[in-house]
Amino acid sequence: MNENIIAPENLVYEKSKLLKDNVMHYCPGCNHGTVHRMIAEVIEEMGMEHDCIGVSPVGCAVFIYKYIDVDFAEAAHGRAPAIATAMKRLNPNKLVFTYQGDGDLSAIGACETLHACNRGENIAIIFVNNAIYGMTGGQMSPSTLVGMKASTCPYGRDVELNGYPMKISNILAELEGTCYVTRQSVHSAAAVRKTKKAIRKAFDNSMAKKGTSVVEIVASCNSGWKMTPYNANKWLEENMFPFYQLGDLKDR
Amino acid sequence: MEEVRLMKGNEALAHAAIRCGCDGYFGYPITPQSEIMETLMAEKPWETTGMVCLQAESEVASINMVYGGASCGKKSMTSSSSPGVSLMQEGISFMCGADLPGLIVNVQRGGPGLGTIQPSQSDYFQATKGGGHGDYHLLVLAPYSVQEMADFVDLAFELSFKYRIPAMILSDGVIGQMMEPVVLPPFKPRFTDEEIAKNSPWALTGKPSSRKQNIISSLELDPALMEEHNVRRQERYRLVEATEARYQEFMCEDAEYLIVAFGSAARVCQKSVELLRQEGIKAGLLRPITLWPFPTQTIQKYARQVKSMLCAELNAGQMIQDVRLAVNGQVPVEHFGRMGGMVPSPEEIVEALKKQL
Repeated sequence: MNENIIAPENLVYEKSKLLKDNVMHYCPGCNHGTVHRMIAEVIEEMGMEHDCIGVSPVGCAVFIYKYIDVDFAEAAHGRAPAIATAMKRLNPNKLVFTYQGDGDLSAIGACETLHACNRGENIAIIFVNNAIYGMTGGQMSPSTLVGMKASTCPYGRDVELNGYPMKISNILAELEGTCYVTRQSVHSAAAVRKTKKAIRKAFDNSMAKKGTSVVEIVASCNSGWKMTPYNANKWLEENMFPFYQLGDLKDR
Repeated sequence: MEEVRLMKGNEALAHAAIRCGCDGYFGYPITPQSEIMETLMAEKPWETTGMVCLQAESEVASINMVYGGASCGKKSMTSSSSPGVSLMQEGISFMCGADLPGLIVNVQRGGPGLGTIQPSQSDYFQATKGGGHGDYHLLVLAPYSVQEMADFVDLAFELSFKYRIPAMILSDGVIGQMMEPVVLPPFKPRFTDEEIAKNSPWALTGKPSSRKQNIISSLELDPALMEEHNVRRQERYRLVEATEARYQEFMCEDAEYLIVAFGSAARVCQKSVELLRQEGIKAGLLRPITLWPFPTQTIQKYARQVKSMLCAELNAGQMIQDVRLAVNGQVPVEHFGRMGGMVPSPEEIVEALKKQL
């Protein structure tokens, strides 16, 4: 019986054809892999694999092109929305998306992000917010919570010194150019399913030329947070979600 | 019959961009080059050739939009003036690291800092020696007339796509602002999707089943591979240096004294050579048209002919370093320059050369 379990008629789930076989470089417990998988699935389900251009960020996800088998450009830190702007304007029939972290999108790339969203560029922005610079070793980012420890605020984020954490998606939702801004997570199976629907909606919006869509995914970085994956997930629920509340910020 | 029109250098460049099949212009306002974007927006080329024009939020965004367009194999360009071009250096370095073609126009003004809005050539080092981080060069074309502002757009794109090196038109406030008669280049269609797929197989077009995924990247964590990429790029640079140097000679055949000048300084020096000749002094002018690749071999040839050379520049002495490298001590090479937006008179250069007699 055991050999029959992988027979086609028993198949309930299959890896997306757009997910390559490369072993991911992400730490065990990282959320990027889950988000990558959903993006690959959505592109495949839309039948856009031959008409899709992605822009990868500076940060852990710079190598997203090693895992998703579509054309990709690598952006300078924070500049992905400007790059995607030109790609989409010069190729209006392609699906163009950026994949960015909180440091990339809300610190160094805040200007490019605000203006691409304000112009209503028909692109989708996948924004993974884990409140930390993961790749460079866990420094404070604009979305690091008050009191949260990072390598450049080892005693916790101090408002006097560092200011307040930034809810950039709320700002983006205020801009006329955005059509869909949502905050999701991938900490549970149910959350993963909702996030996948959000990604699909964002990609559909961009092809329907409705304006800019932003899918923020509040994520854990257990290595940067110096926790086990399990504890990081728990910490995410107890500390991140009360400040970064999940749900749609805008949908029109 | 070609129509002769009177217009500013900046305007001529904008018209030439539309006519040479440029796909996208992305820019940010700055004096003395704002007429480029203003002309494009008034012409509305998106209604005729399909060229996209967009005012960006900064020069940082502009150059990254050029990067995005170039990644897709599209003829993409931006224009700015010195402070704005400084902001673009990150993006230019990334374009060179990813071997992307594209055009950056720098209508130079005096610096450093906010400086002035008057003409200068003080970005020569930045344009020819890299400018951003890493070992790289741009193809640098230096127009000295409104006609060349028009003609160099197509040439810059041709060379840039041929070698996958970004090109820069290094102009200045004189050439951008002055009005001269110009014959605009003929219309050339934009690249078709088929042409992009065939001629730029590296371009992001959406991955068809017929090819592997394309990735535009300047990152390589393995230093041995990174060195290989650099070696291949340097080999391409050596090829460009051997084949693409362009220059113009003016009364050089029997010259005993050679003035070397580019761009607007060369315009002034043409008159200086005439004045010197009237006094019986055998002066000639060599005008580098490509600043990189620099016409080193031609300079070397004249080092065996003339008694001395004078580099006249609108800066503190930048191109003179390349001239002296070429001359390698064979004859004296002196500098004459004005800075901060000042343009010398032909007589000032005559006097400077006479000191070498």
